[in-house]
Amino acid sequence: MREVAIIGIGDTRFGELWEHSLRDIGMQAGLNAVSDAGIAGEQIEALYIGNMAAGSLIDQEHLGALVSDYSGLSQLHIPAVRIEAAGASGGMALREGYLAVASGLHDVVMVAGAEKMTDVTDEEIPMVQMAGGDQQWEGIAGATMPSLFAMMARRHMHEYGTTREQLASVPVKNHKNGALNKQAQYQRAITMETVLKSPVVADPLGVFDCAPVSDGAAALILAPADAAGKYAQEAIRIAASAAATDTLALQHRESLTRMDSVKVASTKAYRTAGVNPKDIDVAEIHDSYSIAEIMSIEDLGFFEKGRGGPATLEGMTEINGVVSVNTSGGLKARGDPMGATGVAQAVEIARQLRGKADKRQVTDAEVGLSLNVGGTGGTSVVHIFRRA
Amino acid sequence: MANPRYWRENPSRYNLIGKRCENCGTVHFPPREICPKCRRKSIGKMKSHKLSGRGKVYSFTIVHEPMPDFSLMKPYIMAMVEMEEGVRLTGQIVDCEPARLSIGMEVEATLRKLGQEGSSGIIRYGYKFRPR
Amino acid sequence: MMFGHGEKDVGIVTYGAYIPRFRILPEEIARVWGENGEAMKNGLMIFSKSVPYPDEDVITISVEAARNALARADLDPEEIGAVYVGSESHPYAVKPSGTIVAEAIGASHFITVADYEFACKAGTAAMQTSMGLVSSGMAKYSLAIGADTSQGAPGDALEYSASAGGAAFIIGKEGVIARINRTLSFTSDTPDFWRREGQPYPSHGGRFTGEPAYFRHVATCAGELMKVQGTQPSDYDFAVFHQPNGKFPTRVAQQLGFEKKQYETGLTTPYIGNTYSASMMIGLSAILDVAKPGQKVLGVAFGSGAGSDAFDITITDEMENYNKAAAPTVKSLVERSELLDYGRYAKFKGKIVMKE
Repeated sequence: MREVAIIGIGDTRFGELWEHSLRDIGMQAGLNAVSDAGIAGEQIEALYIGNMAAGSLIDQEHLGALVSDYSGLSQLHIPAVRIEAAGASGGMALREGYLAVASGLHDVVMVAGAEKMTDVTDEEIPMVQMAGGDQQWEGIAGATMPSLFAMMARRHMHEYGTTREQLASVPVKNHKNGALNKQAQYQRAITMETVLKSPVVADPLGVFDCAPVSDGAAALILAPADAAGKYAQEAIRIAASAAATDTLALQHRESLTRMDSVKVASTKAYRTAGVNPKDIDVAEIHDSYSIAEIMSIEDLGFFEKGRGGPATLEGMTEINGVVSVNTSGGLKARGDPMGATGVAQAVEIARQLRGKADKRQVTDAEVGLSLNVGGTGGTSVVHIFRRA
Repeated sequence: MANPRYWRENPSRYNLIGKRCENCGTVHFPPREICPKCRRKSIGKMKSHKLSGRGKVYSFTIVHEPMPDFSLMKPYIMAMVEMEEGVRLTGQIVDCEPARLSIGMEVEATLRKLGQEGSSGIIRYGYKFRPR
Repeated sequence: MMFGHGEKDVGIVTYGAYIPRFRILPEEIARVWGENGEAMKNGLMIFSKSVPYPDEDVITISVEAARNALARADLDPEEIGAVYVGSESHPYAVKPSGTIVAEAIGASHFITVADYEFACKAGTAAMQTSMGLVSSGMAKYSLAIGADTSQGAPGDALEYSASAGGAAFIIGKEGVIARINRTLSFTSDTPDFWRREGQPYPSHGGRFTGEPAYFRHVATCAGELMKVQGTQPSDYDFAVFHQPNGKFPTRVAQQLGFEKKQYETGLTTPYIGNTYSASMMIGLSAILDVAKPGQKVLGVAFGSGAGSDAFDITITDEMENYNKAAAPTVKSLVERSELLDYGRYAKFKGKIVMKE
């Protein structure tokens, strides 16, 4: 297996992109990545698209051909495929692109993630989100994705004494970071009071504990690490790519207070990269819900089980804290266009490791990690990145 | 949803019919043909098993942004119920004041409407829970 | 030959009732429609009525009642040979309620099932059919259910009474707790109340529902049954009549010569409203909740359109061994309640036009 590097990154702003279709934003992110890498379209050998729900959101499948076509690559007839693993689609697409280059099958590939969520009404969103869980047995019973995470939160509070304020400290931190990110959906800080007083979605979680509905796209260009020197930008090495699955339904989990897929994927990734949790300088974590970030920073080994809440409230995950978590603003503030999220996480880590993260730059960031989660942890994808 | 997708699961939705692995004794719901603990050893040894319908609340939430089928009932209670047989089920709790809810509360299964395909389509029925 | 002669040993093997827990007061309905709530309450003798939750309908209510009946009896549901659900508010115009009920109680697939409709007496018609099947040996047990989530047009007098509930009786010859000595019906074409296909709310003949309909049918049927049985009101420990409101059954009981102590036990409408097909059957269930071996019960149902079914019943010694405590009593079902305002009531009953 060859070492693989990120040689180009691109994204669109995340948010309510009323004037742009899925085709537009997929193309825009791809174009940005290609020009960032300083390559020509002809050099791209294959395309991997992370997308969760275009079929139910815009009645469009077959996104490999669509994105390839609208990126101007139709005459090149390259292989292109859409990868789906619910909210972890983007991370899984990155893993597929990584495998293609690592195996030697391809030299230069594009990994993109795109989702267009605002072309359906608000009432349809819970059904689309719940398709990442067990729709047939939990969704039909009335469970929404926030309600499943709310039950995890209540259990976490019950078992570890996690408090409402500790949960709220996640979106407060992530909005503070998002305010420094020009690509973020919400570029404004919020107070603890705002979170605590926000309308309840599924108690104890309120509107501000939940990632928003977003449109957006992100893209990466991957190439063999040994050839990375010939491209325009500082290459960022992918030191590990690991994925794990778990039961689809939350009702079948052994525990509601941890995500075993996160534990398994991160353990593998640390071993492959030869690093420990404490070596991670900057991490993009799947904070689809405030409780998800708290559980994840525990399951990733950043903090002991039960300490995720206090650690966040005490500021240990702020920029230049013990570990800088979600410097982009995370899913909460940067936005969560589901299939784009996993790719956008890698874009942010690459920016950090290149030292190009502007006002939110983590000092001397050397090692970064991304965690992309599908459903309530049915799939987890962990990537570890290093400066080349 | 076309009717067959729901219809084939009626025995489980009406009467909580799951499967018991004869190899390790674990009860599963909904039915599955392979026990995740025993895998190969469980093949051909998964027998139908009717749950008692009694259990305890393992976790719960009050849903204010509902699935479309339940908008008339919002806010409604979703719970994770640990059944007597050890298996957990995600389901609603009805006939219960939210203030009464607690982890460990005893509940039992009941049959309620779970939705319908518009005003002219099929009505779906299935289990919910209520305080015992 | 007059209908109703059967074998001597057929009767109720077990029973169960169900009443949704929501209630609305007549004062609250009257407040919305500019009526005199106090006058409505006293005129109808209805102090509150039951309202189903949006996820409850005749099928879920029937299943609850039938499961309550099964919980009390040592009876294999696979031995039930027939299931009849009587209602005027079946969720489907075409597709039986009974098939869903049968599956949900674990009955065999080798059974006969049908839905009945006869305004408020479809449940007792199901009881009579069941008696016939059991008497003839065609079925070992037959399940007869009366259940309704009845409708009253907004602002109509019916809105003060039309409520929801159900009762299930398993009829058989083995383990009979209440022997049905005889049933008898009186039927005529009397259009006092009706609902046309596709119409959401029923219509009624106003005062025409009284003398020529309810009182004539109930009194004639009860009188004829007592004549055939050679009994008189004083022979019965309990009497229960169809209860479109609190007033009609009280008046007909008094006309027939029954005293308050005989009819008060089965009079549930003042607290839960008119449960239509379940009305007399819930009243009878309330009596079975307290009746002792040897006691006699007269039960008379009425369905608009019109007809009455009367039952002469004797409680057997089996009642002593019967596991009554395995399911809730009517009293406990009446007592568990949560009050609604008219807005939530209208939402629960689907009276608000919603966006599809």
